Amino acid sequence: MLGKLDLSAIPLSQPIPLITSFVVILIAVAVLILITAKGWWPYLWHEWITSVDHKRIGVMYCLLGVVMLIRGFADAIMMRTHQALAIDAPGYLPPEHYDQVFTAHGTIMILFGAMPLVLGFMNFLVPLQLGVRDVAFPTFNSVGFWLTASGALLVNVSLFVGEFARTGWLPYPPLSETTYTPGVGVDYYLWAVQISGVGTLITGINIVTTVLKMRCPGMSFLRMPVFCWTALASCMLIVATFPILSATLAMLTLDRYLGWHYFTNTAGGNPMMFVNLVWAWGHPEVYILVLPAFGIFSEIFSTFSGKPLFGYRSMVAATLFICIVSMMVWLHHFFTMGAGPAVNTFFGISSSIIAVGTGVKIYNWIFTMYGGRVRFEVPMLWSMGFIFTFIIGGLTGVLLAIPPADFVTHNSMFLVAHFHNVIIGGVVFGIFAGLEFWFPKAFGFRLHEGWGKVAFWFAFIGFWVTFTPLYVLGLLGMTRRLQHINIEAWRPWLYISVIGVGILILGVISQVMQLVVSIRDRETLRDVTGDPWDGRSLEWATPSPPPFFNFAVMPNVEGEEAYWGIKLRAVETQQLSPEPKYEPIHMPVNSPVGFFTAFFTTVFGFAMVWYIWWLASVALVAAFVGFVVFAWRDIHEFEVPIEQVASVDRARRAAREALLEKLTRQEVLP
Amino acid sequence: MTYTGLPASVEAIRRVREDPHRLGHRAHGPEEPVAGAGHGETGPARKRIIVGYGFWIYLLSDIVLFSCFFAAFAVLRGATAGGPTISQIVDIPRVAIETTALLLSSYTCMLSFAATNARSRLWTQIFLLITGFLGLVFVLLELQEFIELAARGITPQVSGMLTSFFGLVGLHGLHVTLGGLWLATMLAQVQVKGFRPEIVHRLICFNLFWHALDIVWIGIFTIVYLLGSLT
Repeated sequence: MLGKLDLSAIPLSQPIPLITSFVVILIAVAVLILITAKGWWPYLWHEWITSVDHKRIGVMYCLLGVVMLIRGFADAIMMRTHQALAIDAPGYLPPEHYDQVFTAHGTIMILFGAMPLVLGFMNFLVPLQLGVRDVAFPTFNSVGFWLTASGALLVNVSLFVGEFARTGWLPYPPLSETTYTPGVGVDYYLWAVQISGVGTLITGINIVTTVLKMRCPGMSFLRMPVFCWTALASCMLIVATFPILSATLAMLTLDRYLGWHYFTNTAGGNPMMFVNLVWAWGHPEVYILVLPAFGIFSEIFSTFSGKPLFGYRSMVAATLFICIVSMMVWLHHFFTMGAGPAVNTFFGISSSIIAVGTGVKIYNWIFTMYGGRVRFEVPMLWSMGFIFTFIIGGLTGVLLAIPPADFVTHNSMFLVAHFHNVIIGGVVFGIFAGLEFWFPKAFGFRLHEGWGKVAFWFAFIGFWVTFTPLYVLGLLGMTRRLQHINIEAWRPWLYISVIGVGILILGVISQVMQLVVSIRDRETLRDVTGDPWDGRSLEWATPSPPPFFNFAVMPNVEGEEAYWGIKLRAVETQQLSPEPKYEPIHMPVNSPVGFFTAFFTTVFGFAMVWYIWWLASVALVAAFVGFVVFAWRDIHEFEVPIEQVASVDRARRAAREALLEKLTRQEVLP
Repeated sequence: MTYTGLPASVEAIRRVREDPHRLGHRAHGPEEPVAGAGHGETGPARKRIIVGYGFWIYLLSDIVLFSCFFAAFAVLRGATAGGPTISQIVDIPRVAIETTALLLSSYTCMLSFAATNARSRLWTQIFLLITGFLGLVFVLLELQEFIELAARGITPQVSGMLTSFFGLVGLHGLHVTLGGLWLATMLAQVQVKGFRPEIVHRLICFNLFWHALDIVWIGIFTIVYLLGSLT
């Protein structure tokens, strides 16, 4: 009846997961009680859970990402402190638990922390920057988000029902085959990542179609903000490579569940085929994450330098160059496979060449600041911290791209330091810069500046104190994922790294404080103009937060930096453009299909993990029936009446009048 | 539009003429962007274009999915682990019938869409039914093939080669089966709701899906069966 599931699945003998799950369940129950007591369910259901508004979905993606980042950070704290305590001593994490911790850390940080945040930014920003009212497929957008949430839920369920994989964040066979890992850990990994991967693919298709087919009048490709270009490149990579992940995981699933021989080391299976396939997805994946971050930085550098982006076209070319070359470098993750000098040389060169595209971007950002009126606000601090950090990370990457050097540093702490250097320095700094920059657009008030600066400096210094010792440890010969350490010379470096983690914890606390203080002081931090940073792209032409239809009248773009042009013209002529003729707007209706689909896929995934075949079948049938019911609906859109459109837009125009006066008085504009 | 009847090829030609992309008809070199197609500075495309375009992107991702299983077959083709080789398991006459059924179903699928363009519900349904029937023939023949192989002890558990063979062919079969489910749903929708815009959009997508499966099958037929029978 319940497959392999019984009471022994609850980790009663392990205090850490037990206490953690107890606290998590307690918090979850408390939140549910609070929502019920306050009567917030109808609001949550109508405004968020069933919403097909790209801005709401973007915000939910970011919320999911932030929660999972904190979960992944907790794993990181455990790893660093355990290693510091495990030098000639047992430490506090037994091997089977430590292995789950580093696996969960990698999986969560990449797939359930960084990915939702990046997808959230793309969802929120792309339609606003393109001057349109929604993405191409609003309901599918909701399905995509909820599938990602479903995967994240399964990962968290594994904490207190069963176990997670102990194989590393990419479950290399033959270790991950049933012969060597018979438990449910790898199965949790497989279903969680498979389900969220489908969600990501849906969002990728959605954004590609939106950028290529839904731009407002006048918005030709070479007038798009760079963020839209990077979102396009990133989503093209999603469309091209996430199916590889799906296929690879499906093959491993068949091996594990039905005894097939794709990756076994018996009966003609080929474990290295898994490694090749999974990195053919895995390497583009890091560019899927970092390209939108590059887009965020591009917007921030030009806004806070008060200048157009330097070398816009070379930026676009570099983005597409990286997009293509990123699919030709995967083998550098396993130069030691023994593919021979010719193959290793090809991938060594291609891996070095990709740094050229990034180099072009770095110079463009620096030249954007050159001669500009640079404002050192919080988003700019993260961006400048990024340039410094990312250059070092990129350079160590070029070192690793040289096959002979890689043979020495392969799977060492040097590698660990390198990829944290580029992912934290590139993606995470980009995410924090973007959250700071677009928070007022999403919620209508700025984040507190003082706490933001404190958070940046703790994170920046904490990062370097944590990871510089790991470079040294790598060169001293320490390999990654060690549960026990018996070399005395490594001790001081491991201790320094723990001090760095302490500083990073202060950074996280500062960010929480920043949010709390900002919500408390929201009236003084209120953004009444809709353009708090003197922005340059179309999202700043809307009120903060934007109405659900984004634009009362679709903008007509006449050049690069669409909103900057509108602003310049208003200052020159000392008036706004004449009031347009308003028309009723058609917007898609809300739909619970995403939520229900995700509910059934969660049940399906859980049932598959525990071999509860009847439940899995029921869930699949229910999901299909749900889709047919959804397809049967007759009303797809509703009409927003002229009066509502006009009143919202007149309020916006009043705020713009005030802004125009202020701009003229301050002579902010030339 | 009222009933125009067959031959529907006339309607198909009209549709190509109206296609803003003018696939296969466009002269090379720069030309004016077409309004409503999402080109250049002309603003957002029409819903029909957006839906079709998005579905093409999905199909590309599906082709990538198949390409992984093709790659696995290429890698594991010789890994027979003492079991049968590929030439010992392919049965060309049956696969020839399967291929014929599937290719014919693609043709009838296209005819059903020509009828849709002519807004003929009857002929749309008839051709969709024939398409579904031919798809069923294909799936049943494939099932028969798998059952016969299993009866001879030839299962995916025997070797890497058989794993990749059953994986690739089975993935395609699964796609055709899901396509059949979709087709059945569309039959009901066309009957109940008629040719509303969103129904026509779904029929466009279904057509694209069905043709894409044909293209993949031609790859499987050639690489797995024809080349397999040679060795």
